[in-house]
Amino acid sequence: MYQDVILDHYKNPHGRGLRDGDAEVHHVNPTCGDEITLRVRYEGSRVADVSYEGQGCSISQASASVLNDLLVGKELAEARRIQDTFLELMQSKGRIEPDDAMEEVLEDAVAFAGVSKYPARVKCALLSWMAWKDATAQALGEAADAEPDDAERKTA
Amino acid sequence: MTQSHQGLSGLLDTEAIRKDFPVLDRVLHDGKRLVYLDNAATSQKPRQVLDALTGYYERHNANVHRGVHVLAEEATALYEGARDKVAAFVNAPSRDEVIFTKNASESLNLVANMLGWAEEPYRVDHDTEVVITEMEHHSNIVPWQLLSQRTGAKLKWFGLTDDGRLDLSTIEETITEKTKIVSFTLVSNIMGTINPVEAIVRRAQDVGALVCVDASQAAPHMVLDVQELGADFVAFTGHKMCGPTGIGVLWGRQELLEDLPPFLGGGEMIETVSMHSSTYAPAPHKFEAGTPPIAQAVGLGAAVDYLASIGMERIAQHEHAITEYAVRRLLEVPDLRIIGPSTAEDRGAAISFTLGDIHPHDVGQVLDEQGIAVRVGHHCARPVCLRYGIPATTRASFYLYSTPAEVDALVDGLEHVRNFFG
Repeated sequence: MYQDVILDHYKNPHGRGLRDGDAEVHHVNPTCGDEITLRVRYEGSRVADVSYEGQGCSISQASASVLNDLLVGKELAEARRIQDTFLELMQSKGRIEPDDAMEEVLEDAVAFAGVSKYPARVKCALLSWMAWKDATAQALGEAADAEPDDAERKTA
Repeated sequence: MTQSHQGLSGLLDTEAIRKDFPVLDRVLHDGKRLVYLDNAATSQKPRQVLDALTGYYERHNANVHRGVHVLAEEATALYEGARDKVAAFVNAPSRDEVIFTKNASESLNLVANMLGWAEEPYRVDHDTEVVITEMEHHSNIVPWQLLSQRTGAKLKWFGLTDDGRLDLSTIEETITEKTKIVSFTLVSNIMGTINPVEAIVRRAQDVGALVCVDASQAAPHMVLDVQELGADFVAFTGHKMCGPTGIGVLWGRQELLEDLPPFLGGGEMIETVSMHSSTYAPAPHKFEAGTPPIAQAVGLGAAVDYLASIGMERIAQHEHAITEYAVRRLLEVPDLRIIGPSTAEDRGAAISFTLGDIHPHDVGQVLDEQGIAVRVGHHCARPVCLRYGIPATTRASFYLYSTPAEVDALVDGLEHVRNFFG
């Protein structure tokens, strides 16, 4: 579960700290007290920045760092594809062995494949991703995203 | 492994006791022997309890208090026999003061609802106050919040000192003439603190307030004498004291149970029913609507027999010795901070701690890889975490079958955790 990649991101998080943003959200994982405050900034449809502060376990913190690496600089459609792929991996209950195609999309994030076997920890890994989705919906005013997002947040 | 535990006194014969608990033989993760240190969450069950459950279903299963056939009579005798056993276990003046519920949460909710619907002088309403403490389990916070929100009563609480004790310096202002009930835990589930019952009961009695004690973390571990406590209600749960899940207890003083209204209505709690109104059975049945958890009560009876056969004083002594040793060993671990009393004085066998800035979830996961089961999180006592400025703790909690070698395994495991995340 604790791949070196995860421990590296945990010990040296990328892009941590709050910077200017178009929207800010605060998400918590009530079962363990993981918390994240996350801001997104968009330049048109490009993810210009994702900044965050949080406290929590190595999985939740490393996941936020990986998210920052993966999504900043991407077009929104591409960022969403990455998010969907990560979600698919994390909900696979350990049944997906990431292939080359998935690794190309997720890069460091494939290291979380092992976490998907631990239901209690999947929520930790998804915390920042759900926060990003929520913040993006707020920043871009996409009401269409609101409903599934709420449902996901309740389980998170 | 350190051998510094030799010479501890007051220990039980854990080698013999552990033979009663089949699950303790489990081997996890490639040959790691289970080290079960999550007893404050739930205890393991001895063979005697498992046999009582199976025996009940195999030979006696029937609904209680109805039917005249043999099985119905036997099931009723077993269920009511369990009530006798529990009454004796807590030294209740009368067996009719023992109400079976499904767990301690239900017991506490029952008290809150009795008082919300009660007539004077017990009624909790907008002009009255309810007092709890900052170290309560959520099950002794939320029912009182609900009661306060619904009635307009003011909810007050005792804060905590830096070393995990109740700050009773404000007792006169906190418990006042307006206070209807003071509800507090006898032993903290997160910090292990044993609270000074007498001081609180005395003040409550001075102002005419009722006292409810959450004994969930006390009943499994020490002599629990409801008459000595001097409280009006005592709640606890079966599954933390070697019994099955699904069975809890509320003890209440007889005259109160007579005066206070029922909460749940249904079968078994009535005397007569017409389409317009009903009259109620006397306590405890007034508070036990519907088919009760029969097998679970029988299992709890067997658990109480089991604990009594060893002796609660000896169990308390054993746990005290283990706790003293565990506190000493844990404080040797660099960067480890105990949340709660840092000595074994007036504390139970649940020890919460933080380990540097390593998140408890990570501590728990790496300990699990070594076969060591601890609880991580806020332990349903989030206000305590807020009070001490931490998101969560790791909690090791011991019981009658815990050994000094398991304390050593925990300490070695924590060293491994430190190296892993260091």
